[in-house]
Amino acid sequence: MLFPQPNEKGRFGIYGGRYVPETLIPALDELAKAYSEIALSDDFQAEFHHYLKTYVGRPSLLYYAENLSKYCGGAKIYFKREDLNHTGAHKINNAIGQALLAKKMGKKRFIAETGAGQHGVASATAAALFGLHCTVYMGEEDVRRQALNVYRMKLLGATVSPVSSGTKTLKDATNEAIRDWVTNVRDTFYIIGSVIGPHPYPMMTRDFQSVIGFETMKQLELAEGRSVPDAVVACVGGGSNAIGIFAPYAYLPENERPKLIGVEAAGHGLETGAHSASISAGKRGVLHGSLMYLMSNDDGQISPAHSVSAGLDYPGVGPEHSFYADERMANYVAVKDEEALLGFKKLSEIEGIIPALESSHAVHYVMQLAPTMRKDQVIVVNLSGRGDKDVTEAMRVMSLMEANNGKN
Amino acid sequence: MGRISEAFHQAKEANRSAFIAYLTGGFPDEASFLDKAMSILEDADLLEIGLPYSDPLGDGPTIQKSSEQVLAQGMTTAKTFELISKLREKTEKPLLLMTYYNPIYCYKGGEAAFLKKLKEAGADGVILPDLPPDQADTLIPLARAEDVDTVFLVAPTSTPERLELVTKACRGFIYAVSVTGVTGARAALPQDVPDLVRRTKAISDLPVAVGFGVSGYDTAKPIADVADGVVVGSALIKTIAENGDLKALTREIARACKR
Repeated sequence: MLFPQPNEKGRFGIYGGRYVPETLIPALDELAKAYSEIALSDDFQAEFHHYLKTYVGRPSLLYYAENLSKYCGGAKIYFKREDLNHTGAHKINNAIGQALLAKKMGKKRFIAETGAGQHGVASATAAALFGLHCTVYMGEEDVRRQALNVYRMKLLGATVSPVSSGTKTLKDATNEAIRDWVTNVRDTFYIIGSVIGPHPYPMMTRDFQSVIGFETMKQLELAEGRSVPDAVVACVGGGSNAIGIFAPYAYLPENERPKLIGVEAAGHGLETGAHSASISAGKRGVLHGSLMYLMSNDDGQISPAHSVSAGLDYPGVGPEHSFYADERMANYVAVKDEEALLGFKKLSEIEGIIPALESSHAVHYVMQLAPTMRKDQVIVVNLSGRGDKDVTEAMRVMSLMEANNGKN
Repeated sequence: MGRISEAFHQAKEANRSAFIAYLTGGFPDEASFLDKAMSILEDADLLEIGLPYSDPLGDGPTIQKSSEQVLAQGMTTAKTFELISKLREKTEKPLLLMTYYNPIYCYKGGEAAFLKKLKEAGADGVILPDLPPDQADTLIPLARAEDVDTVFLVAPTSTPERLELVTKACRGFIYAVSVTGVTGARAALPQDVPDLVRRTKAISDLPVAVGFGVSGYDTAKPIADVADGVVVGSALIKTIAENGDLKALTREIARACKR
């Protein structure tokens, strides 16, 4: 166990658990056992870190964004460059970890769900690397928004299975992946891409992603002479990149803990209902196997989420984030579509870095936060992915926005 | 003896397996739901009413579509309770609500209020496809207090330890899932159904009903031969959706249930 949570029942405080069909429970027991016996062993960790170093390209850089810091006129802003990983996002850390475990467990087939396509690409990549087949479930709406990633997955040998039920996005892709898993549970390993799902998934994904935070501590020590910054900022959909950088800091004693700020997608605005801000504007409920903050109506019917970024377009948030929010171990804020697009443009212009639309939410928030802080203070932003995949969609949305502004 | 136990007892006395029908609440529309349900109950011994849900991850395409359809038509939890009340005025047969957990969790007043309302509406039990008993430590005692039977599921993958845990948490009957998979009519069923029924009956005196995949006489008959109940859902929904001969199907299933 790397961190004090979850407890022996797979819960972070009240959150988490295993709300899934009975058919899957033995597989989850098997997975939890394999995780603690195999994945936490020194041999496995050495092999995992070998792949992270030689294949993913870790450690990812911790980059001091001098231009942006000066532009904002406050705290020093650093970016943890997960966008520079092989396949272009933090998702590969977890995909390699889970795929390696699946291989050790003798599983023959991978399935994965994907929103933006980054986890799908990461899973397809890991499948190619380990010589197994992968089927990726992806909502039809996301297939349209993320055409480039669909082609990448196919090129990597994966089968992309478009999902036409419900809202045709990440939520429904996850439902369909779970249905596949219930059906093929005996030989199939489900690689969940975020810190969601039934125990042990949120724990396992967090542990594999926590390499982000542990590296940041070491790199910041070298750069600034201290491993703990004043604030850490990351975007939150399901919450895997945020947990990855938060967790190593979150369990520090309160007086040593930096401000941890998760940036949710406010979409068209929290007041419109068209957003993905489960903590900022949702309530407790159960989705995809765990109790967490989510967006649903009074009858418990899950509400459609909205975000300009397919990776944040999810109506729930991981149980550990729900726990952090209640315990005030982290704060959660929300940034609108158009604000994220401003962050997307500004970082491209001023630093020559095109961020993913997901990460752009964190970029926009840090541009508001930095000017309120002193020049000797330090903020680390998790730049969870690169924006190449988003260029077409960003152009489409920005031209729509300009057309609308022209009318007003 | 509650209505559910009584229904299984009577079927056993008549040397039959009980016919348990499933119908999504408010399907195909609120007005005709009651007629369809009453027609089905002429042949079926028990009726499961599905609370329509936005994210039914244990269900195949047929029940998914029926849920999407009735939700779009404005079905709610309150309306589902109303339909159960209306059915209760017309029949003394056992009525169970099949529901995913989030509608219970989000209900105003929580589990306790939900179960109280369910009982008031006239239901006898609740089937919980995504709530394994180890997550139901608060719900089970509340259901006992309201005298609502709790039906949990056992699966072909269930280990002896899980069978023990699940069967102990059940009241009324035990729902055995015939396949690893989701709901939906299938042409044939796997060979290991009798084994699961035997393993379950070896450790519990409760009736064991088998569901998932029953499409007609040929799939119902082998289950009826070994189990105390046969659950049919998707095949009924499909027949209603396609304006097929519902009566012919329910009679066919009832015939298959005779030993």
